[in-house]
Amino acid sequence: MTRFLIRRILLGLLTLLLVSIVVFAATQALPGNAARAILGRDATPARLAALTQQLHLNRSVFSQYFHWLGGIVTGSLGTSAATEQPVSSLIGGRIANSAFLVFVSAIIAIPLSISLGVWMAVRRDKPADHILSTSSLALAALPDFVIGIGLALLFATNVSHILPAVSLIPPGEHAWNVPKEVILPAATLIIAVTPYISRIMRASMVEVLESDYVTMARLKGLPNRTVIWRHAVPNAIVPAIQVSALQLAYMAGGVVLVEFVFSFPGVGAQLVDSVGNRDIPVVQALAIIIAAVYVVVNLLADLLTILVTPRLRTAGR
Amino acid sequence: MSTPAITADEVAVAGPAIRQRQWMVLIRATMHQWRARIGLGIFLLMVAIALFGPLIAPHSPDAFVGAPNSPAGNGTLFGTDSLGRDVWSRFLHGGLSVLGMSLGATVIGVGLGLVVGLTAAYIGGITDEVLMRISDVFMAFPQIVLALLLVTAFGPSVPLIILIVGISTAPRVARVIRGAALQVVERDFVKAAEAVGEKRTRILFGELLPNVTSPLLVEVGLRLTYSIGLIAALNFIGDGIQPPAADWGVMINENRLAVSVQPWGVVLPILAIALLTIGTNLLTDGFARAAIGIDRGE
Repeated sequence: MTRFLIRRILLGLLTLLLVSIVVFAATQALPGNAARAILGRDATPARLAALTQQLHLNRSVFSQYFHWLGGIVTGSLGTSAATEQPVSSLIGGRIANSAFLVFVSAIIAIPLSISLGVWMAVRRDKPADHILSTSSLALAALPDFVIGIGLALLFATNVSHILPAVSLIPPGEHAWNVPKEVILPAATLIIAVTPYISRIMRASMVEVLESDYVTMARLKGLPNRTVIWRHAVPNAIVPAIQVSALQLAYMAGGVVLVEFVFSFPGVGAQLVDSVGNRDIPVVQALAIIIAAVYVVVNLLADLLTILVTPRLRTAGR
Repeated sequence: MSTPAITADEVAVAGPAIRQRQWMVLIRATMHQWRARIGLGIFLLMVAIALFGPLIAPHSPDAFVGAPNSPAGNGTLFGTDSLGRDVWSRFLHGGLSVLGMSLGATVIGVGLGLVVGLTAAYIGGITDEVLMRISDVFMAFPQIVLALLLVTAFGPSVPLIILIVGISTAPRVARVIRGAALQVVERDFVKAAEAVGEKRTRILFGELLPNVTSPLLVEVGLRLTYSIGLIAALNFIGDGIQPPAADWGVMINENRLAVSVQPWGVVLPILAIALLTIGTNLLTDGFARAAIGIDRGE
């Protein structure tokens, strides 16, 4: 068990190291001058030289990589080429906003989808189950930005005006102080992940409800509610927990488009902006951060799977 | 994921005639489900709009036919967009790019993933380990982040987007196909093919491939659904096909600031993308259910 843990964590670290190489290679080491990519074709030689100096482009590729990696590890992420601000101060508040958005979405989506899954399983093959199963299949197909724009049309622009279409959060203000601006982006993420979790919960619950111990509990005359929530759900919830963790990792990428749709001041909207500006230092930092969250949450999902599955826990590796 | 639909030994004994029939069995089982039939109907409708829309469009997608953001009427079915072009004509022209780019990306992604997955499963050992570690690295990025990273390096272009989406899809497919193929490589008919000295490519595509058809079909549907969403999104945020091209993603971005006065420029392409992805997903779910059903011998 411990050996497996250590092996998994080391593999995760190795993956992160390789990720950093891919990010660096894609943005800085490729043929073509990164300084010219940032400044555009009509840059003056003096500005090109200054930026080349600033990004250390005149050193060897290896030296550039290790300098850059050292900066990331120690938290000095360089200077934004577009705004000339330090990258860390540019994205610090945005990381907090995105983390809050994901946290709120997860804390609502996970219990909601688990309850929905239970409800569908209890009403298996009745009209309510058919309607919910089919609509969750349809919702699962929708791209995040389509859900987001659909919600904006319904609640912010055309059908009604009860919520803001754009998350106007003043710089320096935190998202948790202006909850109204968070509702639509969070609702988008919730609708995006709920179908996946509830479908798994339904399938697992259907299986458990057919088991002998549930029949036994019913025969003992226990109230239906007790049978479902005390006997069935705890046994059916493991796959739903795994999928929830995977959906949490998914949200790390999902925030990119959702934040862009609502101009929510988080890392996702910043990434799209910085790609548009060719602001390479910011793109590098954000890509690394998002990938790191993705790798770590996936790793946690794996570990969680082992912890909650006795057969795997005692398998010795 | 599901295991191969057909029992492999059966196929090995019976030869090509049966293999052909397995595809048919799977597709027939899929089409028995009403959800899959609805999915296929929606998908074909959207493909028809994408293919034949340009032929029936009343105006050129680039022609200025009225004042910007004017409502329906005056010779336009859904009014004009933010520059005064006919919304209906741009909508009819705008599906081909989304659909074509997504199909291209899916063919590249599933094709590459299939080759990598089969190779990793068949050769095993170091090759398997290396291929899967490389897949891990690519899967450590959400697809959209990997795409944006490469757009930063190379600038937005249509072939690049198709290639990026395809390549970032491949490791996900490779995983599934490897898993399915691992259950086949140890079977007798593979050993028999090796014993008579069949070429490696012949074993991969002649012996292994026919036994992973059902997970493969599910992957094609799933990856097409995701590719449509991702490519429409990249076009929407301005990192894919560039304006003034008529494209559903581009249209949404061009018209979303004026959506309160002229909703159609956003509503039509949003509905189209939604229907296209829902159609492919219902069909994919049908494939998956059919594959499981065949497995259980139903």
